[in-house]
Amino acid sequence: MGLLEKKSKQAFTDPLSANNPITLQVLGICSALAVTVKMDTAVVMTLAVVAVLSISNTLISLLRNLIPGKVRIIVQLSIIASLVIFTDQILKAYFYDISKQLTVFVGLIITNCIVMGRAEAFAMQNSPGKSFLDGLGNALGYGGILIVVSFFREILGSGTIYGFQIIPDSAYAAGYENMGLMSLSPGAFIILGLIVWVHRISVDIEEE
Amino acid sequence: MRSNLYTLGFTSIVTIVLGFFLALAADGLRELQVTNVENDMKKNILVSLGFKPGGETPWTSDEIQKLFQENIDAVVLDASGQMTEKDPKEIDTEKDVEFLPIYLKKIGNNVEGYAIPIAGKGLWSTLFGYFAIEPDGRTVKGITFYKHGETPGLGAEVDKAWFQQNFIGKRFVDENDQLVGINVIKGKVESDDQEAYHKVDGISGATITGKGLEFFLKDDLRKYEPFFKQVRVRQS
Repeated sequence: MGLLEKKSKQAFTDPLSANNPITLQVLGICSALAVTVKMDTAVVMTLAVVAVLSISNTLISLLRNLIPGKVRIIVQLSIIASLVIFTDQILKAYFYDISKQLTVFVGLIITNCIVMGRAEAFAMQNSPGKSFLDGLGNALGYGGILIVVSFFREILGSGTIYGFQIIPDSAYAAGYENMGLMSLSPGAFIILGLIVWVHRISVDIEEE
Repeated sequence: MRSNLYTLGFTSIVTIVLGFFLALAADGLRELQVTNVENDMKKNILVSLGFKPGGETPWTSDEIQKLFQENIDAVVLDASGQMTEKDPKEIDTEKDVEFLPIYLKKIGNNVEGYAIPIAGKGLWSTLFGYFAIEPDGRTVKGITFYKHGETPGLGAEVDKAWFQQNFIGKRFVDENDQLVGINVIKGKVESDDQEAYHKVDGISGATITGKGLEFFLKDDLRKYEPFFKQVRVRQS
């Protein structure tokens, strides 16, 4: 039992840092660029991915012995797509203002390689409980980076944090200007590149 | 390897089960979603006409319905600016181009403002909003946007208060009552500019969104010009 528990724990903790989907596997970059202009959208996107990834991993793991090998990808995709549409519908019904800001990006969770990647690489081989933890860990590992990136982009690009003004008006009066580049995709690339660099140094990975 | 029959059977079952749940969710949530969209429109009409939620909390759905019911008269104009018997709900703005919906803010019998729908292309997307005009038929009372897909932090600033505040008190006609529209300029409006009465500060990094807005706003105002001409005659 001891070994198993340790493995489950690893399924959850590994993707948070040592095997982070964004900084080490370099997956899910498109959405990391798209929704990180402001922190509030990054947080809601994180929650949506947490919901979709942990549930899709669990469901696919439950069905793993029934899914025919030939069509496994398409079956995984239908399950993920259904969950994404469902999440989008819930947001539209109960969190209308936020869903308006996220526009198409919730729908685009379907194309997030992390979700399919975890289904194919982990959930097809492991028990539902472990798959759930793996999904949760990967989604949080992904979301954590999203939130860090959006923190820097929002404060440098808009002078706010979570919508609250941080850079004082006096600084603007003295000639300070927001860095427009940070609000555009190249800004995300620069921030993301720096985070990957710092993270890779700090976890000391072995290059293959 | 499983048989083809199993594969077919399995995929059919998965499709049917998933389809069933999605249909159930879509159907169960539709009413809420439609109300949300409607309330969002009503809220924007109210905000453009100068209503503000009291205190920090936003309006509840019921408050929006009540305020709208009590203070707003929704009517439809024909191309010559005459009021018709129609209800804006019957109008499909895409198809019925000869009919123009307009929302009147009425306190008692006094008209305190007019709101018209505006829509047009920005940089990436079509922007939708409302443009409100003072009872004099010349001055801007407010502007809001309820739907767009512009870049967050740049073009998307059109839905921020600082940008919308710029419009309030500007005039979209010159001293001879000719339509000039509102110009969204680069940078800040100089206070000694002769033309400052119809210019607003642009958003840095969103020149094309601003130009698009300027263009479609004037276009939409032109359609309502016959009506506002009558309003201006009545006022003077």
